[in-house]
Amino acid sequence: MKGPLLVLGVIAAASSSGPLVAVALGTDAQGVDLLVRLAGPSAAHPLGTDELGRDVLLRVLEGGRVSLAIGGIAALAAAALGSLIGLTAGYLGGWADRILMRATDGVIALPLLPLLIVLAALDLTKLGVPQDWVQSEQITLMRIIALVALVGWTTAARLVRSATLVTRNQDFVRAARSLGAPVPHILLWHILPNAAGPLVVATALSVGDIILLESVLSFLGLGIQPPMASWGSMLSNAQELIATAPLLAIYPGAMIFSTVMSCNLLGDAFHKRLDPRLAGP
Amino acid sequence: MIRFTAIRLVEIIAVLALMSFVIYALIGLMPGDPIDLMRAADPRTSAADIARLKAIYGLDRPLIDRYFAWAGAALAGELGYSRLFAAPVLVVLLPRLVNSLLLMGASFALAFSAALALGIAAARRPGSRLDAVINLLSFAGISMPSFWLALLLMLLFAVELGWLPASGIASAGGGGAGDRIRHLVLPVATLTLASLGPYTRFARAAMRDALAQAHIRTARAKGAGEMRVVIHHALRSALIPLVTLLALSFGGLVSGALVTETMFSYPGMGKLIFDAVMGNDYNLALASLLLATAVTLAANLAADLAYFGLDPRVSLR
Repeated sequence: MKGPLLVLGVIAAASSSGPLVAVALGTDAQGVDLLVRLAGPSAAHPLGTDELGRDVLLRVLEGGRVSLAIGGIAALAAAALGSLIGLTAGYLGGWADRILMRATDGVIALPLLPLLIVLAALDLTKLGVPQDWVQSEQITLMRIIALVALVGWTTAARLVRSATLVTRNQDFVRAARSLGAPVPHILLWHILPNAAGPLVVATALSVGDIILLESVLSFLGLGIQPPMASWGSMLSNAQELIATAPLLAIYPGAMIFSTVMSCNLLGDAFHKRLDPRLAGP
Repeated sequence: MIRFTAIRLVEIIAVLALMSFVIYALIGLMPGDPIDLMRAADPRTSAADIARLKAIYGLDRPLIDRYFAWAGAALAGELGYSRLFAAPVLVVLLPRLVNSLLLMGASFALAFSAALALGIAAARRPGSRLDAVINLLSFAGISMPSFWLALLLMLLFAVELGWLPASGIASAGGGGAGDRIRHLVLPVATLTLASLGPYTRFARAAMRDALAQAHIRTARAKGAGEMRVVIHHALRSALIPLVTLLALSFGGLVSGALVTETMFSYPGMGKLIFDAVMGNDYNLALASLLLATAVTLAANLAADLAYFGLDPRVSLR
């Protein structure tokens, strides 16, 4: 458990110190310098430069900030949406439960990436969002987080639903109901905390998958938009230069791989620790 | 079983109908519309011309009307014309569906057999060094971005070594079956390796549960050989949960194929969906998305039916 934690810690610390490194190097992640395009490693550019002369190290670090932030926030958003759906299904029961659980099964079975591509390509101005908003960084980030939440809620929904089914008729919930507590209060204060353990583990385990999904979308040109750096979009630029500058394709990919691998190993260790049946070899 | 299949088929049709409406509505929200493109192509188009064009294409009618008009035509086999390829949608779709099924089928078969072998090897000696190595490798497989894997394979085998072509489906001018296969190697390898991680974990978990069951001890006590115990007694019961998990992973296989095909410019459904969505080819995007969904759901149903065959406790009425 220490290894992955250490790797993740180093990546997080390095990514968040990106702005400091930028000051030390005297440029920033967007700084274009066409005179030193595709340069090799040097004192001014420790990992060299890309096809526009931007510093690769700074872009890798900025990509790390973006990926980790999206991984964390989107995991929480997906867990929140899943909890809402799980609570509704479990508490209402009957038809609502059946429909919501069929929808959950459906989302798990469908080919999600093709559908996400359609959603990612939507023109938000046709929905009445102002033009300058659509092009802002915040909207780009929020759009990715919304897309991830839209496909990532199923595990949380199932866990919360089963916890709700177990607790909804227990004495403390009946007591709260007979005292006249409103339903949202019962759901949030009396039922949801009973699902907290597995929900936290599932959310932690999902961070790696979410970072992968974000990098695929950015790689396809549908996630993080330039000039903001992301590991996925750096790889998509590197693909065109693979014969001349192969190293550009190595760094971002290695970062995605080691981050996601650490997240997954950490989540697995966490899972085993909390579930004694899985302990041992 | 006929009743079950019938219910599932009705469900699949309902899901496809719902999806077709959602996708139809969403596609209208994608950037650019055909009339804008025509106006851009010919700046002399007047406002009256545009109104007339909209009437011709039915774009002045409400969404629901347009959807039902499209659905009626689609059910009659009339899927419209692809703007991007300047050909009827079906003509564009079918050869690419065959290419994709070839890629996905080969990768699934390879990944499934390799995962079974690895899973059995790991599950037979839980906690051994071999188990730990296989576990770590399957985590690596799960954590590997498939497009990076594709880039690395391309870099090694196409750029550095020059052994295999990096993209396409055949050399210019065509080169027979050997050439086709050479073009398939890297895409199939990418999709196989990308699927291998999760499959191995499924197989290992299913085999471990199966080997811990009482009937395995009985079989050993009665003197059955190791080979017979593992293959005949354990694998048969492990296949039941395994098939359920694999059924749910077909959607992932289609998503993986999309990335792989896009990376290697392999003319399959995945790349077609991507190109159609990016190129505002409404008819083609709709039809190809629905076809990909239908294939996934059909594979799902096939896995469920296999489950009925595998599990003797479920009656085959």
